[in-house]
Amino acid sequence: MLSIQNLHVSIEGKPILKGISLEVKPGEIHAIMGPNGSGKSTLATVLAGRDLFEVTEGKITYMGKDLTEMAPEDRAREGIFLGFQYPVEIPGVSIVNFMKTAVNEQRKYRGKEPLSASDFLKFMREKKDLVEFDSQLTNRSVNEGFSGGEKKKNEIFQMAMLNPRLSILDETDSGLDIDALRIVARGVNKLRSKDNATIVITHYQRLLDYIIPDYVHVLYDGKIVRSSGKELAMELEEKGYDWIRQEYAGNGR
Amino acid sequence: MHYPMNTMIQNQETEKLLRETFTKNRDTIERFSADLMNRRRKEALEHFMQEGIPGRKTESYKYTDMPGLFSPLLHMNLQPNHVHMDVKEIFQCDVPELDTHIIFLVNGFLPPNSTPLEELEGKVLVGSLAEAARRHPELLEKHYDRYTSLNPEGLVSLNTAFAQDGLFLYIPDGTKLERPIQVVNMSVWEDNLMIQQRNLFILGKNSAASLIICDHTLAPWRFLNNAVTEIFLDEQARFDLSRVQNENNSSQHISHTFARQETASTMTSNTITLHGGLVRNNFYALLNGEHAENNTYGLYLSDRNQHIDNFSFIDHAAPNCTSNQLFKGVLDDQATGAFTGRIRVRQDAQKTMAYQSNNNILLTDEARINTKPQLEIYADDVKCSHGATVGQLDPAALFYLRSRGINYREARLMLMYAFAHDIISHIAVPPLRERIGDLVDKRLRGELSRCNACHINCGKLNY
Amino acid sequence: MEKEQDKLLREVTSGEYKYGFYTDIEMDTIPPGLSEEVIRKISLLKGEPGFMLDFRLKAFRHWQKMKMPGWAHLKIPEIDFNSIIYYAAPRKKKSPSNLDEVDPELLETFNKLGIPLDEQKRLTGVAVDAVMDSVSVKTTFRETLAELGIIFCSFSDAVREHPDLVKKYMGSVVPYTDNFFAALNSAVFSDGSFCYIPKGVRCPMELSTYFRINASNTGQFERTLIVAEEDSYVSYLEGCTAPMRDENQLHAAIVEIVAMKGAEVKYSTVQNWYPGDKLGRGGIYNFVTKRGICRGERAKISWTQVETGSAITWKYPSCILQGDYSVGEFYSVAVTNNFQQADTGTKMIHIGKNTKSTVVSKGISAGKSNNSYRGLVKVLKNAQNARNFSQCDSLLLGDRCGAHTFPHLEVDNQSAIVEHEATTSRIGEDQIFYCNQRGISTEDAIGLIVNGYVREVINKLPMEFAVEAQKLLQISLEGSVG
Repeated sequence: MLSIQNLHVSIEGKPILKGISLEVKPGEIHAIMGPNGSGKSTLATVLAGRDLFEVTEGKITYMGKDLTEMAPEDRAREGIFLGFQYPVEIPGVSIVNFMKTAVNEQRKYRGKEPLSASDFLKFMREKKDLVEFDSQLTNRSVNEGFSGGEKKKNEIFQMAMLNPRLSILDETDSGLDIDALRIVARGVNKLRSKDNATIVITHYQRLLDYIIPDYVHVLYDGKIVRSSGKELAMELEEKGYDWIRQEYAGNGR
Repeated sequence: MHYPMNTMIQNQETEKLLRETFTKNRDTIERFSADLMNRRRKEALEHFMQEGIPGRKTESYKYTDMPGLFSPLLHMNLQPNHVHMDVKEIFQCDVPELDTHIIFLVNGFLPPNSTPLEELEGKVLVGSLAEAARRHPELLEKHYDRYTSLNPEGLVSLNTAFAQDGLFLYIPDGTKLERPIQVVNMSVWEDNLMIQQRNLFILGKNSAASLIICDHTLAPWRFLNNAVTEIFLDEQARFDLSRVQNENNSSQHISHTFARQETASTMTSNTITLHGGLVRNNFYALLNGEHAENNTYGLYLSDRNQHIDNFSFIDHAAPNCTSNQLFKGVLDDQATGAFTGRIRVRQDAQKTMAYQSNNNILLTDEARINTKPQLEIYADDVKCSHGATVGQLDPAALFYLRSRGINYREARLMLMYAFAHDIISHIAVPPLRERIGDLVDKRLRGELSRCNACHINCGKLNY
Repeated sequence: MEKEQDKLLREVTSGEYKYGFYTDIEMDTIPPGLSEEVIRKISLLKGEPGFMLDFRLKAFRHWQKMKMPGWAHLKIPEIDFNSIIYYAAPRKKKSPSNLDEVDPELLETFNKLGIPLDEQKRLTGVAVDAVMDSVSVKTTFRETLAELGIIFCSFSDAVREHPDLVKKYMGSVVPYTDNFFAALNSAVFSDGSFCYIPKGVRCPMELSTYFRINASNTGQFERTLIVAEEDSYVSYLEGCTAPMRDENQLHAAIVEIVAMKGAEVKYSTVQNWYPGDKLGRGGIYNFVTKRGICRGERAKISWTQVETGSAITWKYPSCILQGDYSVGEFYSVAVTNNFQQADTGTKMIHIGKNTKSTVVSKGISAGKSNNSYRGLVKVLKNAQNARNFSQCDSLLLGDRCGAHTFPHLEVDNQSAIVEHEATTSRIGEDQIFYCNQRGISTEDAIGLIVNGYVREVINKLPMEFAVEAQKLLQISLEGSVG
């Protein structure tokens, strides 16, 4: 589904990602872990197409298509979803209007008729229930005045609405208490199927107790330094990241 | 700064020409008007000659070329025009499903074939100022030309010298008008035209009303409207004023609005400038009694070579008053804009709460904005603040929307609309709020209703 | 520590203008009045080269065509420019090359002001150019600085010794046509300081100029020029006082700063001219044009000012950000009490790409004074990615004073982000009560709160100056609490 080959990315001439390769197949869950500043969020954001970053080398293919030149909205319509680490507040844009526009844009892209207002509301209610999203919130402006937990739940709610093939969850666990974490994880698990895949980016192993990954990759200094099964997460939790620093700091370049 | 001398000379000549126009047509002007209006003309003209048309050296007109507007001098409309068209037919598309009492004004006059002064429920009077001056001199004697002293500039005196008609509204003590009144100001002529409209709204004690003013041009000519509106709010009166300015790109509109507010009165005005060649709106409010509240809001959306300049001055003369000024603008293409907001808190106006904000979005490198929020404060126990920003659409928000599959254009529109929504949400009448919301949305999309009342689709300008 | 505090308190409670004395000293003056003749005479007295006289005369002819600016929020009484003495200098035989040649009365004057000119007694970190009335009395540490190639001397010495530099840069930032007072200064200025930092040199000590008006009936017109070559650094301080007199005296100065690529100039002022008495009699009219230009990439100019003195202040230290990535800063505390009037602020002109400016202004008004912030942030068409943030706060102490804010934002480039915020408030009764409840007197509470309020700006001052400035603030606000 997703194939990243030797990806190099810079921001304002400064290299952040220095040769990443990764294969993701339908039905899989990949966890990407690593210390702060290792490039995790950059990877997520590049996959979603933010033009702040420059791909200097390498290739990203998704469903057989080259992603590198694709506009962010087209990536979204192709089924890529990014759950933001820091969802932005957009005063004045209501969630209902926002999601209605997004869902219908996706339908249009796929050659479907737009949903009528009543069908849309029904559809939205279903998804809200599915991911346990507070009804009151959908009447408000996007993320405006939301608590950290509410913002993350809103991300999962949008994920449910857009039904992506590939979800990238960037530090979705940060700033969540244990109850909110459970709700978010439950939402992700409910939305899982054999046809879609998930990349979970996290600093801590905690989230992976609830979303069980098939593969765990450790990102350090812009490179994947280790890949293994879910047991790697446990190892990281136990030993921290220092041993990676020691092991790779010198010879990794 | 230095200005070429010829501007000054030209300027003086313009003023002399206006004086000549007055002297030559004095009989015509005065024949139509009541004595109490005529009595003020001479002094006003003298004052105008003394003050002149404000040039760029005048700090408050620094960013807008006023002398340029009056040169060459346009023909002035000195009597009501018969307009042979069904105005209601023309206008119906613009405000559907809005239950209002509609009044039409053509080139600043009530057309001769309409009822000059109507009496509505609760002894409310609405109609022609000229007619009101004839029939109710006691009301005008008390209120006409009493509130312009908040800013006695030349252009206001020019209006007083020439003013003949405009809208008159009187809400007696204790009357609360349920249905909004809607005024449609139309400019229509076979040539360029100068208009000196004069409005007067009197709200008695504990009264309430809402008024919607729509400014339109119905022909592709240059219309220069130098309009003065005086508003008096007696104790505990409530007044909502919404104004939609939608005029052609060669039109020039100068509006001077003066409000005097007594104890515990509340005035809210929303001015939505959708189109206009050059627009200068002046808002003055004197908070003269305790616990008065003034909210002055404005939204301007401009593109091409439009120039929109808002000037707002709230004068706190009594303690415990509250004022809010919020102006927002989106400027596209080569549009230019200016904002000046001033809060003055006089020495005895303790416990004042005053707030002022101006936010602008520039969409292109050619668009330009000058903003001057000002505080002038002479009392210590006050809470006053102001802020101004100039920026772009938030790239993070734009990316967020796009990452959900919303295309670039749509995402931009959503953000612009959201930016504008702040102002729209302050409009008190719900159907009007929705309607204006629609208009703004269409305006931002560049598809303002294909309505006859809107010059955008007629004449030489292709949209 | 406690002792220090007691001392401060004592100073506060006895807080009168403590620099109001007058030194009886032999003076060379020319008669009052302003004409080409007077200007020729000043130039002659100073033994200037021809280009200086030309510059002065051009400026004078231009000035004659100008009018006093009326746009500021100030009530300025009519000034009779013909009743002012334009040149007054302590009499001396020749330029003092060492301290023994300086009149002991003069030395005593500066000692009393807390500015000992004896290098032995001075804190080694500061070099001083002491200016009394129209001329520079003594510049300390000249030789030490010269070893690094730094030129620090009086303007007159610079004209004599470095005419090329003066010719090249004088008037390049503030042309004589700039404004009424700049034109006047350019015509009649008598002395001032000159400072040149060569390429790559970080000036190891604070340079400072101390201005003193002593003679009566005179105007003070000094001129400072600072040139910082590529990648150099200098921190510059300016202080000023004057005797207490019932008459008003005019001070119209010019400061020009040129910062080349990568250079940084920090200019700090503690302005304490005589503010007039409690009834508004006397005091200095302080009409000053200060401007710096960041000529090259990554140049930085930072203005910090603490304005407590003068009857009327009209002053807008500004930055022209011409070089890409150049930075302008303005940090200001302006205090007005009794009948003082201040109209002060800054201009930030963004010309280069990625230029950045910060404005922090804290106004404090007490008594019957009026205090205005006036600012301009201008982003020119090609100034891509310009950033400005301005924060202008006003604090009112008492209900008979005024605090005003007049920012101008002119933006001509869509990639700019310009933000202005301002608030006006007074010290909350709850804040004072809270302090009272903890055993702090109301007077002290206000001192504490005011100090907290201005901290952001005071912190930008060099250490020594910061302490001085804090004391000054308290003294200025003395008796403002009702």
